[in-house]
Amino acid sequence: MSPENTRDLPESETSGGLKTDLTLGLPGDSQVQKSGIKRGFSDAVHSNDAKAESQPPSKAQVVGWPPVRTYRKNLMKNGKYVKVAVDGAPYLRKVNLEIYSSYQDLSTAMGDMFTCLIICNVLNERKLVDSANGEEYVPTYEDKDGDWMLVGDVPWKMFVESCKRLRLMKSSEAIGLGSAAPSTPSKGSSTSC
Amino acid sequence: MINYFPEEVLWHVFSFLTSHPDRNAASLVCKSWYNVERFSRGKVFIGNCYAISPERMISRFPRVRSLTLKGKPHFADFNLIPQDWGGNVYPWIVAMAKGSTNLEELRLKRMVVSDESLELLAKSFPNFKSLVLVSCEGFTTDGLAAIASNCRFLRELDLQENEVEDRRGQWLSCFPDSCTSLSSLNFACLKGEVNVAALERLVARCRNLKSLRLNHAVPPDALQKILAQAPQLVDLGADSFVHDPESETYNKLKNVMQKCSSIRSLSGFLDVNARCLPSIYPICINLTSLNLSYAPGIYSKELVKLIHKCKKLQRLWILDTIGDKGLGVVASTCKELQELRVFPSDLHVVGNVAVTEEGLVAISAGCPNLNSLLYFCQQMTNAALITVAKNCPNFIRFRLCTLNPTIPDAVTMQPLDEGFGAIVQSCKGLKRLSVSGLLTDQVFLYIGMYAEQLEMLSIAFAGDSDKGMLYVLNGCKKLKKLEIRDSPFGNMALLADTGKYETMRSLWMSSCGVTFGGCKTLAEKMPRLNVEIINEGDEMEGRPDDRQKVEKMYLYRTLVGPRKDAPDFVWTL
Repeated sequence: MSPENTRDLPESETSGGLKTDLTLGLPGDSQVQKSGIKRGFSDAVHSNDAKAESQPPSKAQVVGWPPVRTYRKNLMKNGKYVKVAVDGAPYLRKVNLEIYSSYQDLSTAMGDMFTCLIICNVLNERKLVDSANGEEYVPTYEDKDGDWMLVGDVPWKMFVESCKRLRLMKSSEAIGLGSAAPSTPSKGSSTSC
Repeated sequence: MINYFPEEVLWHVFSFLTSHPDRNAASLVCKSWYNVERFSRGKVFIGNCYAISPERMISRFPRVRSLTLKGKPHFADFNLIPQDWGGNVYPWIVAMAKGSTNLEELRLKRMVVSDESLELLAKSFPNFKSLVLVSCEGFTTDGLAAIASNCRFLRELDLQENEVEDRRGQWLSCFPDSCTSLSSLNFACLKGEVNVAALERLVARCRNLKSLRLNHAVPPDALQKILAQAPQLVDLGADSFVHDPESETYNKLKNVMQKCSSIRSLSGFLDVNARCLPSIYPICINLTSLNLSYAPGIYSKELVKLIHKCKKLQRLWILDTIGDKGLGVVASTCKELQELRVFPSDLHVVGNVAVTEEGLVAISAGCPNLNSLLYFCQQMTNAALITVAKNCPNFIRFRLCTLNPTIPDAVTMQPLDEGFGAIVQSCKGLKRLSVSGLLTDQVFLYIGMYAEQLEMLSIAFAGDSDKGMLYVLNGCKKLKKLEIRDSPFGNMALLADTGKYETMRSLWMSSCGVTFGGCKTLAEKMPRLNVEIINEGDEMEGRPDDRQKVEKMYLYRTLVGPRKDAPDFVWTL
């Protein structure tokens, strides 16, 4: 079979201008998919949303794909979802902050979500540590004003309200990070798990 | 000899015929059988509400007690059909009220149901017992209040995934104190508050209550009190669960759960905190059905702990946060699994959060009784599908959805034709199939050749030419519903065998290659089909050119001609 992207298409009645070399991913999919002939897919992407032209192709929406019921889509939108990034991990997760009632809850959930991380006691504080190399991670968040703060300094509810996204930073890089209270982050030098 | 059977005997024999296809077949034998059958049919199933009129239905089946109606085409679920398309139940209720039908049961799917309809329903049928609404819209809690107030013998009120406007009334309080007959109450899709005290009293007096699904507004401490009143429950849905495992409510819930030894089916958990899951561990051992697909807050570790305890599961609905490893645990634990649905947890996620072909292969190896699958995945391979086909020849429903609709085999970069080909060849009882990924005409050749029992086929972004569609139309003798989007099938395929569509319930084609001219030709040739074109946007000024492509076409067989309630944007050719 000849390589997909040089295959000749029969003259068919489909939408013309088939772009055989288009490499287009789904919204949010920064990984480029090497698919073959995109036929209707590329046209669906371009035609369904007039605004698509003004946005990078990867952000354009195909109506009704994946085929998930609107009811389900709407339901999953409820709650306060924020992205969680972990330094060095190639993927993001999203977490609904509204289902947790405390910082402890949240850090337990982080441990569940990012299975390479475990919770250890560092100088009597619970910290997230990479189980492979012992590297400590410090949870930080971007607040409403766009500033990056240490997690844990404000009352929980206030945090939920102002948090826009989370990032687990390697503690070696978290120097000088802002926090609500004027204290510098503590660097644990001995860990026990 | 058969002509001398007294009707009473035929009647008695027919009372054992429960399936619609059997009854339909019996009614075709001779006039006498037709008449006995029509007077004895109590349950009527109408897969497309526009295929027949309410009046004709009543006149043929005067003793109908239970009616099932479906309205909008399936793709309406995915926003492909505009508002006000149709599917209104009101004319049916009016006709049955006028005809003094002794309606006891009404089941509707994808229909528009107004409060007026519900009120008329509630007041017209004194023996009304069961209302099931699935993916419907158009009503408010006022309509529910009418049902609660007036249906004295109501046994079942089951609302699944409907869009309901909440009027903040007290609909639940409208169940009179004399109502003790409820066996099933599901209002999980309602967004608003309910009178919790009234709910508790209702549950307490309905000793036959077996199925209860609450909405998010019922707080956890109310849940705990309700469960204490209803240890006989078999099916429980709890959207609002405890957050804090240290709380008093959590302890009470844990204790009361231990007494609910009849629960076999569990759902809800919209906002569950994984640390509170241990409260349901006591009932896990008996669970046959578990729906955690609305619970994004549970991640792999906790899920796995839970699944380990659910050895008797037959049905599992889950999010893809379970991961391939988690599916491996399902495979080794849930040996009796028959139905699995894995939904995407995040539609805009970046990276490798979803499940892949590995999870599916593991499931197929561990769960030989699997017969129904809905699987949203990041990627797939032919080799995996071939293995799945070998391991699980009993599939009746097989729906695979790759998040990128035209993704090829992740290893070979080939189309997924061979994989799906293996599925249809191995699963001789396959009735429903959804395909996705990079697919050529070849997959349709296989489907046409092997899928002899196939009744419903969903195609998106697949195929190369008209041949693909023709393979399916020519091969699948039992095909009832065909829905196609964004595929290169045009007039040649559409018009090759026009008689075929009278053997089917419906055909949907959107963003394909069929033109106005082609649709018009079909409509002219086949007067017993309604060929409807849906036009959105204002490009359609006046009648378009015959050569212009049709954006959305929906055709269906009907005995009653073009529908009279079609909105402006729907043209019946």
